[in-house]
Amino acid sequence: MKPTSKRLYKFLNKEKTAGVVFCLPFIIGFLVFLIIPMGISFYYSLCDYDILSPPEFVGLKNYIDMFTNDEVFWHSIKATLYFALVSVPLRLIFALLVAMILVKPTKATGFYRAAYYLPSIIGGSVAVAILWKRMFAPDGVVNSILGIFGIDTNFAWLSDTRTAIWTLILLAVWQFGSSMLIFLSALKQIPKSLYEAADVDGAGKVTKFFRVTLPLLTPTIFFNLVMQMINGFLAFTQSLIITQGKPMDTTLFYAVYMYQQSFSFSKSGYASAMAWVMLGIIAVITFVLFKTKKYWVYEQG
Amino acid sequence: MNRGEIVKTKNIRTVVYHVLVCGFGLAMLYPLCWMFMSSFKETSTIFTTAGSLIPEKFTLENYANGWRGFAGVSFGTFFKNSLFIAVVGTIGTLASSACVAYGFARCQFRGKKILFGAMLASMMLPGQILMVPQYLWYEKLGWVGSFSPLIIPFFFAIQGFFVYLMMNFIEGIPTELDEAAKIDGCSYYGIFFRIILPLMAPSLITGGIFSFMWRWDDFMSALLYINDAAMYPVALALKLFCDPGSSSDYGAMFAMATLSIVPIVLIFIFFQKYLVDGIATSGLKG
Repeated sequence: MKPTSKRLYKFLNKEKTAGVVFCLPFIIGFLVFLIIPMGISFYYSLCDYDILSPPEFVGLKNYIDMFTNDEVFWHSIKATLYFALVSVPLRLIFALLVAMILVKPTKATGFYRAAYYLPSIIGGSVAVAILWKRMFAPDGVVNSILGIFGIDTNFAWLSDTRTAIWTLILLAVWQFGSSMLIFLSALKQIPKSLYEAADVDGAGKVTKFFRVTLPLLTPTIFFNLVMQMINGFLAFTQSLIITQGKPMDTTLFYAVYMYQQSFSFSKSGYASAMAWVMLGIIAVITFVLFKTKKYWVYEQG
Repeated sequence: MNRGEIVKTKNIRTVVYHVLVCGFGLAMLYPLCWMFMSSFKETSTIFTTAGSLIPEKFTLENYANGWRGFAGVSFGTFFKNSLFIAVVGTIGTLASSACVAYGFARCQFRGKKILFGAMLASMMLPGQILMVPQYLWYEKLGWVGSFSPLIIPFFFAIQGFFVYLMMNFIEGIPTELDEAAKIDGCSYYGIFFRIILPLMAPSLITGGIFSFMWRWDDFMSALLYINDAAMYPVALALKLFCDPGSSSDYGAMFAMATLSIVPIVLIFIFFQKYLVDGIATSGLKG
């Protein structure tokens, strides 16, 4: 070995250097695929830009237009908030309920767990979106099943302003399986001694749930609430395929509207501004959730 | 109550429990069964007999019709594209995430805390928010219209989930092994490749499964970056196959939709244990 390569070898094998070398992919990836695009888009958010012609600096015009001059923007905020605020808590409640039922092991538990989990594995796919669209069509399976129960209808679930968003909420709640698994493993980690102590104090099942189980699950609930809220806020594929935002923008999710602005209307500057506003909204929601943490999340120790 | 009655009520309760839980499970799976069975019905009868699962006349015609695809490209090509994107993307994710996870778990260096914070922050930042910014950037790089945006970023550990998953796993491996290797003159790189990497195989499997499924299902980036029919992955092809105007052959649509989830369902059946482990470790810690 030549002296220089020996020195290089020694340098590379220092703990400090090795750490940086191993983390290099992330350092590069973080800069190149996150920071740079975000930076570019921040500049474009201050411009009139349609990709084809060079950007023209317009200051805060995009942001001002969005809040004062774009009714559809507000429709999309409303639809997205409604969707996220209804579907995420519903899904978590459902997941917890089913987890409570399945926590008692029986011979068939493995099968039940699999059956409830499968939808959340494939629920985000285009195949399921297409299926959902056909299920709620006037001649789809939902109306046929209602027909079996004597309700003859060819109601168009997807083109009524009252029901369209509920088909998407139902699809989101249908995918409660992974939250259920998380709750199941959290339930198994609750020490048995706590329940025994509650038994000694003469606590009933309901008391035990609200005084022991639920408080100990709150950290898990909190973490999943935050993550799913963020993702609920960014629902995209399902709305784009199933309802295309129709009818009357009631299912026009923010991400879909942003996509339309950029790729259908060629207003990339405006869409960039929308991305930044969305980042702000998500930051606010996360911040608010974290602020409420001390009131209801049980801290161990 | 005597003993016999207690046993009897217990039995009744068990039966009721199983009937309810099982019935609910079947209701959950019904939509998927409906799609699967409809794909074997004659396409003209799918919606006239939507209420029943069993096809009056069993046919494979839908699969033959669907497989032909559109724009002169068959679904065979779409599947090949998806497979390529999913496999290469997964290899990139696993290789880069394992490196970074090892760096975070076993090395102390300046700026580690900040870097780790950046990773957690990027985990909270979902892809949709970067949709427009990344498009503009890839446009500049000349990547639009190629597989690059769907593959190259994954070689840079951009999905914190995987790093986090593997880090947790590495932290469970006793450091005595590292120390012993160090005394024997093994470098940090040697430790990683000879000791840690083989031991972390279970987390590589878990990560690989999740990555493959997510890459396979990825629709948004294909929608943004791929505009040549011969390069469509299955997810995008399905969407366009069903767009109004291009086809109203619902039988073929259901057949191809069913085929597109077959890989995921197979993974689900054979690797359920790994999926459950992955979900549990990633969802429990805050």
